[in-house]
Amino acid sequence: MSAVIESHNHDDHHHGPAKGLTRWLYTTNHKDIGTLYLWFSFAMFLIGGAMALVIRAELFEPGMQIVEPEFYNQMLTLHGLIMVFGAVMPAFVGLANWLVPMMVGAPDMALPRMNNLSFWILPVAFFILLSSLFMEGGAPNFGWTFYAPLSTTYAPPSTTFFIFSVHIMGASSIMGSINVIVTIMNMRAPGMTLMKMPLFVWSWLITAYLLIAVMPVLAGAVTMMLMDIHFGTSFFNAAGGGDPVLFQHIFWFFGHPEVYIMILPAFGITSHIIETFSRKQLFGHTSMVWAMTSIAILSFVVWAHHMFTVGLPLAAELFFMWATMLIAVPTGVKVFNWVTTMFKGSITYETPMLFAIAFVVLFTIGGFSGLMLAITPADFQYHDTYFVVAHFHYVLVPGSIFSIMAAVYFWIPKWTGNMYDERLGKLHFWLSFVGVNVTFFPQHWIGLAGMPRRYPDYALQFADWNMVSSVGAFLFGASQILFLFIVLKTVMGGKKATPEVWEGSRGLEWTIESPAPYHTFTTPPKVN
Amino acid sequence: MSYQKYYVPDQSKFPILMAMALFLLVMGAAGTINDLGEADSMSVYVLYSGFAVFGTTLFFWFRTVIREHIAGLDSAQLQKSFVFGMGWFIFSEVMFFAAFFGALFYVRNFSVPWLGGEGDKGLANMLWEGFESTWPVMSTPDAGSAYVLAEKNMSWPGWGHALEWLPMWNTIVLLSSSVTVHFAHLALKNDNKKSFNIWLGVTVTLALIFVGLQAAEYYEAYAHYGLTLNSGIYGSTFFMLTGFHGFHVMMGGFMLAVMLSRSVFYNHFDSHSHFGFEAASWYWHFVDVVWVMLFLFVYIL
Repeated sequence: MSAVIESHNHDDHHHGPAKGLTRWLYTTNHKDIGTLYLWFSFAMFLIGGAMALVIRAELFEPGMQIVEPEFYNQMLTLHGLIMVFGAVMPAFVGLANWLVPMMVGAPDMALPRMNNLSFWILPVAFFILLSSLFMEGGAPNFGWTFYAPLSTTYAPPSTTFFIFSVHIMGASSIMGSINVIVTIMNMRAPGMTLMKMPLFVWSWLITAYLLIAVMPVLAGAVTMMLMDIHFGTSFFNAAGGGDPVLFQHIFWFFGHPEVYIMILPAFGITSHIIETFSRKQLFGHTSMVWAMTSIAILSFVVWAHHMFTVGLPLAAELFFMWATMLIAVPTGVKVFNWVTTMFKGSITYETPMLFAIAFVVLFTIGGFSGLMLAITPADFQYHDTYFVVAHFHYVLVPGSIFSIMAAVYFWIPKWTGNMYDERLGKLHFWLSFVGVNVTFFPQHWIGLAGMPRRYPDYALQFADWNMVSSVGAFLFGASQILFLFIVLKTVMGGKKATPEVWEGSRGLEWTIESPAPYHTFTTPPKVN
Repeated sequence: MSYQKYYVPDQSKFPILMAMALFLLVMGAAGTINDLGEADSMSVYVLYSGFAVFGTTLFFWFRTVIREHIAGLDSAQLQKSFVFGMGWFIFSEVMFFAAFFGALFYVRNFSVPWLGGEGDKGLANMLWEGFESTWPVMSTPDAGSAYVLAEKNMSWPGWGHALEWLPMWNTIVLLSSSVTVHFAHLALKNDNKKSFNIWLGVTVTLALIFVGLQAAEYYEAYAHYGLTLNSGIYGSTFFMLTGFHGFHVMMGGFMLAVMLSRSVFYNHFDSHSHFGFEAASWYWHFVDVVWVMLFLFVYIL
């Protein structure tokens, strides 16, 4: 291992990063680009979070108090779009940029200039999306799923800008994914066979495949919208022989794999953290790979479970119900493996481990409510209620976002060379943990009691739990300011990190010094 | 195994320029579309400037990559990255077309029959009673609406008229071009540059003929058949599928033309190093396969 470090210092080609702003504008370095992605994602997380707080403030009490219903709809739409495409996805791409080359022993991403392009078109896309707030007729107001005809016949003029910004986000994801796949397939160090690959790398290989398969479908969907709005086609208009339900089919053919795009990398991260802090080898590495592969394949044949109430033929409803429930099997395998890894391990509870354990527990709760929603006849009751809101926020916030936070705490010593403040990290965890549950758990109950989603007002009987939910949301939001502070504090300084950082750490990234040198593995390491 | 260093360029101005180009393109395109019919819209100039920056950046970016290759900076491993990259890019294009073919499948098998009162959801017929499901849909369910009815469609006219039918000629032209581009590839592998240039030239010519025929077909549709984007779901799927395909033919043909001029004017490519050409030819075969699907599902069936 020390041989690897030495070979770096002796290589005369090596130099540090360029100075000033152009370092970030012109960079081809996977670590720089990873950092850009992560900071961009964090900025979007705060913007999208602020929008969520506007929503929760309005819902604090029944009746209209703070914002107009039109503006509420715009906040609802932008919150969803920004969190999905601006916060969660770029965060995972940022982690992939930082970690995949180091984990497979590659000198950089396979196509470094395209890597820079995939990042820099994201701020362009979100600048355009956010600028629609100031356009005539306001921002898109039809929800993040932009169902036709709300998004076609009844859409504000800014929808055209929204459509093109989605195209750019798609281009960014596709280029980023091609880069990840090519890096993994072509740039592994000698001896790093596919089945020896770390699970985060595996999870991203599968995610990238999903992204390349479905982002073009999303591009097709928004292109049809554009044509319907401006050029007289009738894809989503029954008067011309089309069907608004066709939009939902195309959207969810993209949308369901997209949901797994936002969770598979989280599975990878969780596996690394749990094995490290349990000081045991992960239980069932191979079964983890097969579980993720099965989940990815199944994700293509379950999309219509989002559409049980639109009037599908009975055979379709049954097929999509059973196919959806089948996904619980590989997911169960994963949860079983994590729990078994911890079984009889010498566990310590550093901040990343706390987030990872919370991930396993709370993601499983979100998974179970997903099973409830998969039951077609029951879904007729749950559809479009706060129960659905509670379900997908459980898999996304304490699921995806907790895993991203866990990853930041876990790898930030490698990125900055400094340890984060453990006491503050734990404080951040507990505040977030309490905040997230207080926000979303009561939404299960008000949903089952019949509160519909997406409205700025509600009936009086839902008042108490909505108030609780809003208090939780503000607690969760505020605790992310603490997260920002902790990250900044760690970047500025702190206890120096050793190369291996954690006692039980395994993998190539822990064999190089902390902070990781600007260029790593220019000569590939040997993996046994 | 001897190890070659993987070339990672230090810094590059191209990506950020390309991002700016996309910004201009998108703001220009969206603005132009929203301002359609307004005489004093400036958006179209933004769009043009976007195209200018895009084209210029693309030119210099590719020139740099080609020069790096000639200078021997790229290892065999890096070249393999390009191979993988192009393959996955083509896969993403396949999925883009899949969305439109999927839409065609859905309207033909579900929404149109349902509107005509057939099948599981035939109840939809009560929206426009009397609408009969046929394919191609020649009258839209809501015949009195904004949709313009087509008098004729582009479907298979029967063997008696097959030779006057443009799509048949288009098929012959495009399938032949796939063969000629393969001959060009074979010639290159034998280091026969002259034969390579001729076959590639023939391919580019066939691409131009295809685009010309397609333009003639569109002219016929708009001028004589009354078949437009506006004529309901048949017009929508017909023009979007063939239109995106035609656009891809233009892109593929442009790529091949660039490869031809690289070979003729700069004497690039030999039997060992010709991935630029190979990538363009893969793209060309992909465009060809899409056409076969189109011919089958849009024109014949």
